[in-house]
Amino acid sequence: MINYVIRRIAYALPILIGINIITFVLFFVVNTPDDMARMQLGQKRITQEAIDKWKSERGYDKPVLWNSQASAGQKISDTIFFQNSIKLFLFDFGQSDSGRDIGYDIRQRMWPSLAITFPSLILGLISYITFALTLAFFRGSYIDVWGVVMCVIMMSISSMFYIIGGQFVIGKLFNLVPISGYDTGFDAIKFVALPVIVGLIGGIGSSTRWYRTIFLEEMNKDFVRTARAKGLSEKTVLYRHVLRNGLIPILTGVVVVLPLLFIGSLVTESFFAVPGLGSYTIDAISNQDFAIVRSMVYLGSVLYIIGLILTDISYTIADPRIRLE
Amino acid sequence: MLSAGCNFSPWNNPYPDSQSHGNIYYDSFEERPKHLDPVSSYSSNEYVFLGQIYEPPLQYHFLKRPYELVPLTATSVPEAEYYDNAGNPLDADAPAELVHHAVYRITIKPGILYQPHPAFARDKKGNYLFHDLPLRDLEKIHTLADFPETGTRELIAEDYVYQIKRLAHPGVHSPIAGLMSKYISGLEELTAALANEYKNNKHHFLDLRKHQLSGVRILDRYTFEITLKEKYPQIRYWLSMYFFSPMPWEADYFYSQPGMKEKNIVLDWYPVGTGPYMLTENNPNRRMVLERNPNFRGELYPAEGEPEDAANNLLQDAGQTMPFIDTVIFSLERETIPAWNKFLQGYYDTSGIASDSFDQAVQFNTLGQAELTEQMQDKGIRLSMAVMSSTSYMGFNMRDDVVGGDSERARLLRRAISIAVDYEEFISIFTNGRGVPAQGPIPPGLFGYIEGSDGINPYVYTWRNGRAERRSVTEAQQLMIDAGYPEGRDVRTGQSLILYLDTSAAGPDAKAVFDWLRKQFSKLGINLVIRATDYNRFQEKMLKGTEQIFMWGWNADYPDPENFLFLLYGPHAKVGMNGENAANYGNEEFDELFNHMRNMSNGPERQAILDKMIEIARRDAPWIWGLHPVAFSLHHSWFRNAKRNLMANNTLKYIRIDPETRNKLRAQWNQPVFWPLILILVILLISIIPAWFSYKRRERSPAL
Repeated sequence: MINYVIRRIAYALPILIGINIITFVLFFVVNTPDDMARMQLGQKRITQEAIDKWKSERGYDKPVLWNSQASAGQKISDTIFFQNSIKLFLFDFGQSDSGRDIGYDIRQRMWPSLAITFPSLILGLISYITFALTLAFFRGSYIDVWGVVMCVIMMSISSMFYIIGGQFVIGKLFNLVPISGYDTGFDAIKFVALPVIVGLIGGIGSSTRWYRTIFLEEMNKDFVRTARAKGLSEKTVLYRHVLRNGLIPILTGVVVVLPLLFIGSLVTESFFAVPGLGSYTIDAISNQDFAIVRSMVYLGSVLYIIGLILTDISYTIADPRIRLE
Repeated sequence: MLSAGCNFSPWNNPYPDSQSHGNIYYDSFEERPKHLDPVSSYSSNEYVFLGQIYEPPLQYHFLKRPYELVPLTATSVPEAEYYDNAGNPLDADAPAELVHHAVYRITIKPGILYQPHPAFARDKKGNYLFHDLPLRDLEKIHTLADFPETGTRELIAEDYVYQIKRLAHPGVHSPIAGLMSKYISGLEELTAALANEYKNNKHHFLDLRKHQLSGVRILDRYTFEITLKEKYPQIRYWLSMYFFSPMPWEADYFYSQPGMKEKNIVLDWYPVGTGPYMLTENNPNRRMVLERNPNFRGELYPAEGEPEDAANNLLQDAGQTMPFIDTVIFSLERETIPAWNKFLQGYYDTSGIASDSFDQAVQFNTLGQAELTEQMQDKGIRLSMAVMSSTSYMGFNMRDDVVGGDSERARLLRRAISIAVDYEEFISIFTNGRGVPAQGPIPPGLFGYIEGSDGINPYVYTWRNGRAERRSVTEAQQLMIDAGYPEGRDVRTGQSLILYLDTSAAGPDAKAVFDWLRKQFSKLGINLVIRATDYNRFQEKMLKGTEQIFMWGWNADYPDPENFLFLLYGPHAKVGMNGENAANYGNEEFDELFNHMRNMSNGPERQAILDKMIEIARRDAPWIWGLHPVAFSLHHSWFRNAKRNLMANNTLKYIRIDPETRNKLRAQWNQPVFWPLILILVILLISIIPAWFSYKRRERSPAL
């Protein structure tokens, strides 16, 4: 397995370089270094000298990908791309274009993101599996039919509706939790409650339907029929055989998103004023802060690759028939 | 929810229970500040914080209108001394061309102290405790509050001089460095000298005390003088802006130490001031907390204002020592809906009105006046309105072959369009009535603006029934005929006239505006094509002058007509000069008058020149003058001394809060409602019962 993991990490390197190049090209196609300087320096009374000074200070006065004026190896190394990318691979995110240390900000902001995403994931898993099992158990009955109809309706509604509706109903009409905000320690609970509930309700439709399909598929397999033929109770069949086997695809689907929990959610964090990494990325995009955008895209890619490797590993744990070679 | 239940305050209270009775002002901010270094900050969302911390020599009177400069740390508002080539003194109204240099002498009040700050902390021998810190000493330091000791010292003239030198610092990028280099003697030379030193010493403290700035001189501990290369009366306004705040060298040295930047402990994030408040929590991702500066000298609430101020209870605190509030908490709210709802719950003391909530908050009475809805009145909420010192206009690129240029044909076309684009309708539809149609570039409340029939733009309006009335579309169509575009068709080519509006606006709201604009242009038979692009490309077009018509705006730096008319000054053209004259308008007569007017003191002579300039601009119509926005703001009944001062940023010291009333009303407005939770539980239980029976039935049924 170790060889497999090492090989996967080696495969990841060209992927990360590719992602870095694509991010870089896309960003600089839309934003020139002059645009970035204007965004950072403000719009009023900015002279070209000030823009040039800002660019030179941050190395944005160099050619983007190829320095034809430089000698030999410096043609590549003395470029914005090279200068900005090389440290990134060592997880040295450097300074943002507005002058703040990105690594420090990421370390500070990943916890609020996690405070929302982690309970959402755990509570979500428990509730979606419960609903899905119930629907699967009552398959074909009016409970199943109306449950599926409800799921379809709920998955058709925009997440924005759940957020604004949740804030209005739970926070404003019933006055049960703060509408938005965040605090640290135990005080975080009352702020986290609403986004978690909203996330939970927003995900019921799609997740329950997906899990129901998985369970129904398992229920039609031979081993379930055998179990029933053995005279096992429906409860035992459901929990011991269907749930266990159905959990394999669910688990692997969950493991892949585990590392991404740190990244947070862009919309949720924005609406609930949670100071996480999701809103950090949104801010950086709107402020044209390339250093942060590049760092967050890189971090997201690395975490996603880690998630995929963990998924592969989890397959071997969940299903003894699978071996990584 | 459980944790909320343990509190005695309402469940939805976003603040700790311990704050319930505190003398705290609560507000929100939408965008995290980029810079809190006063030399580089140039944004209103940053001035909200800086204004309470830093103290430039001058400030605006809180209550008086028109806006009036008064001393802040200075003993008086400085008067200019003018000198000719030979160094002989000249009169105050000497013509600008005779003035060789101008001197402003500023004396600051003695005894003003800085806020407690580790940069000033010293040991018994007088050595600075936290200067020259080894890296290992910074290991346990994460914020400024982690330094165990603080100190202070008296504000002296040298601190102001130090800050003016910082305008030239190559590492801080002051947006006004270029502008001030034109005026302050020696600043350009200092910029060059510092650039050389900085190049070889980027990561170390650049000791500005060692560098001379010929135009700024310390006369004694409390007095310094600024020498300008020419007559520039507007410098006094700049002296009320944060670029000219004092900066103690100790703070600059402290923050320049190795290891500080890696922890984001920098001057750009941790201000050091003498003002009524100090920033004690700097978390722009969540909240910013200002607390009363224990070293603040105290300032008296003004005893005079406008005639109606006494009736509006704005003089009740006259002569009282400010500030009145102990703590100010700004919470980050990116979206307007949660911020608005929290204001209604009493968790923010003031609020603006977003278009989403406008109808809920404001209605117009039969006289067309804005007033609060019944719901707002029931809560005791009050509304204050003020015409902003800004202008939002639609410009014609004067370099364009069709709409630009000095030809009569183009001028008539621009005037016809100016009539056809009905800004009264625009204000009504798109700004909920929050705007005043502009008659020229100068907004109301500034010197040069004329109210009533004498102040209307006669090319677009007539005065009828005691008010300005837009000229008819028929008149605009006649202008089109005179210009050679009858029914929007070019008589030379026979082709329909197609004009292009370049914009960076996008989204459903923008689409509605575009549709409306197309309709306005179609009144003249003109086909308006919208060229929407991203903001960067739009800026590029503006810089290159490839746009045709555009929408733009300007927010005043200071309340002087020069700050608006320079937007039409030829040498400040966007193309080639990178100036603020976005329309690239150029008129020799206008420019000549501008050069004369900008250095004059307010008075009848200046007014006469302004009238001439405005007439020229109206005749040439390089802009459709657009509108001056009206700011609506709401505040709760426990909020006192609410008067919008659109020039001043240091207004929190004037505010008074009644925390007990707030507490009482918050509890009344935010009673938790439990029955829906019980109802949901009951519904769930009821729905489980048939499912349970169904399960049991299945369990008992024989296998098939």
